[in-house]
Amino acid sequence: MKEAPAIESYAISLRMQNRSILESIDLSIPLNRFLSIVGPNGAGKSMLIKIILGLVTPSSGKILILGQRPQALIPCDVGYVPQRKAFDPRFPAKTEELILSGKTHRWPFFIRSEQKDEVRAALSRLQSEHLYGKSVHELSGGELQRVFLARAFIEARKILILDEPAAGIDTFGESDLYKILEDYRETTKALVILVTHDLEVALHHSSDVLLINKKQIAFGNPDETLSQDNIHRAFGHSMHEHHGGHHLYD
Amino acid sequence: MIEILQYPFMLRALIACLLIGGLASYLSCFIVQRRMSFLGSGLAHSCLGGVALALWLDVEPLLLVSLFSVFVSLAISWTTQNTQLEQDTSIGIFFSMATAMGIIFLSLRTQYTGDATTYLFGSILSVQNSDLYFAGGFCLLLILLFPMWSRWAYAGFDRDLAQADRICVKRDDYMLHFVLALAVVLCLKVLGIILLAAFLVIPGASARMISKTFTSMTLKSIVIGILSSVGGLYLSYIYDLPSGATIILVQSAIFIVIALTMRLRRSN
Repeated sequence: MKEAPAIESYAISLRMQNRSILESIDLSIPLNRFLSIVGPNGAGKSMLIKIILGLVTPSSGKILILGQRPQALIPCDVGYVPQRKAFDPRFPAKTEELILSGKTHRWPFFIRSEQKDEVRAALSRLQSEHLYGKSVHELSGGELQRVFLARAFIEARKILILDEPAAGIDTFGESDLYKILEDYRETTKALVILVTHDLEVALHHSSDVLLINKKQIAFGNPDETLSQDNIHRAFGHSMHEHHGGHHLYD
Repeated sequence: MIEILQYPFMLRALIACLLIGGLASYLSCFIVQRRMSFLGSGLAHSCLGGVALALWLDVEPLLLVSLFSVFVSLAISWTTQNTQLEQDTSIGIFFSMATAMGIIFLSLRTQYTGDATTYLFGSILSVQNSDLYFAGGFCLLLILLFPMWSRWAYAGFDRDLAQADRICVKRDDYMLHFVLALAVVLCLKVLGIILLAAFLVIPGASARMISKTFTSMTLKSIVIGILSSVGGLYLSYIYDLPSGATIILVQSAIFIVIALTMRLRRSN
């Protein structure tokens, strides 16, 4: 039996204030895969995520997430780790409240003891139990990223979306992050979506790659999608320039 | 303290202080967190429009003032959501508009307009049974709306995250503006137009300095709001001072003590 796609899109385009943000994105991917969305800055990667999350409606085309309109999705099915942590720095919040909000989808007024255990379990997946009880504002960039990951991990998602998760990861280690994500996919059979501009990461960690620069350049397995020709079309330079860990588009 | 309550007007005043102290300081947390203190000030001033219209038509002001306040509050919310303008700009426009209408209505009234000063500076003696029923009803409304706390708090923490979790933040904003408008009307008679904004800000601001979670900020704000209102009322009776102003000065004293204590603690 053919697996139903977790995400299916037909020629979705997005225009905002008369500017084209995304053009004809065609995507079909089942659960239990690791998809990297790759493209230079301003390629529309984050906007595509917002469409998948149902926060932005495409101007044309059709998209189905788990067989439904994005707006009709149940929030617990999709975990999301935003790139920019845009929360209000004046809001008094502790890590356990933020992590639990990933499950309750509300800000918790008080936390029951079994909920405390769930939060601790989510943190322990990231070897970060020591972050429990800390004020969100005291955290470093890397610690904050781990708390947001724990927030996504607190429930078994069908789709887990991470927007540039390696940004700000310092003490944690990037390779650990991809190992954790890979483990997560194996245990939950979720579709893990990684937004990145790092070609090496996309090439080595994903099962599928979507290469975009406003338009869809290519979609498929990493080796074919990230061919020299395709990369040149997306980034305007060849992959060799990308070696040595130096990111041209940081 | 007990003998004071033998006077019916003082008993009414005490109940009013307990209710508005608690309710306003509950909402004060959201006002402080969302940087909406100018909204409180704007809504208070726009009440002048309703008060003046009621005085001119010689009818009970409560209903007209509520209508004015709710209209201005929702208009501000709508303008902020549907134009490129920032909230402070739309507050500035609508509150001046309502105040200007108030001044015109007052000028149309041929009789003495002394009643208007009650609303400018507040008077605890003017609190009637109907005001207490209104306060009680509003208290009940906020208790029924308590599930909104988790939604307003979530959107206050991170709007995008709340939206991704299917919280309809725009509708929730309208709801918050609606209850704020009613809260302003509720506090109007005791505090007066001029002092009202502070009453909606100081408890939340004081609580913020001594809270690590929004839950504790909310609870501490309510305690500060009730204690300062009742304490202020008592002091105003003992020393024969205007009650609204005394309540605000008690709150300000609490705020200053907390701010200085926290500063001293940090430097140690």
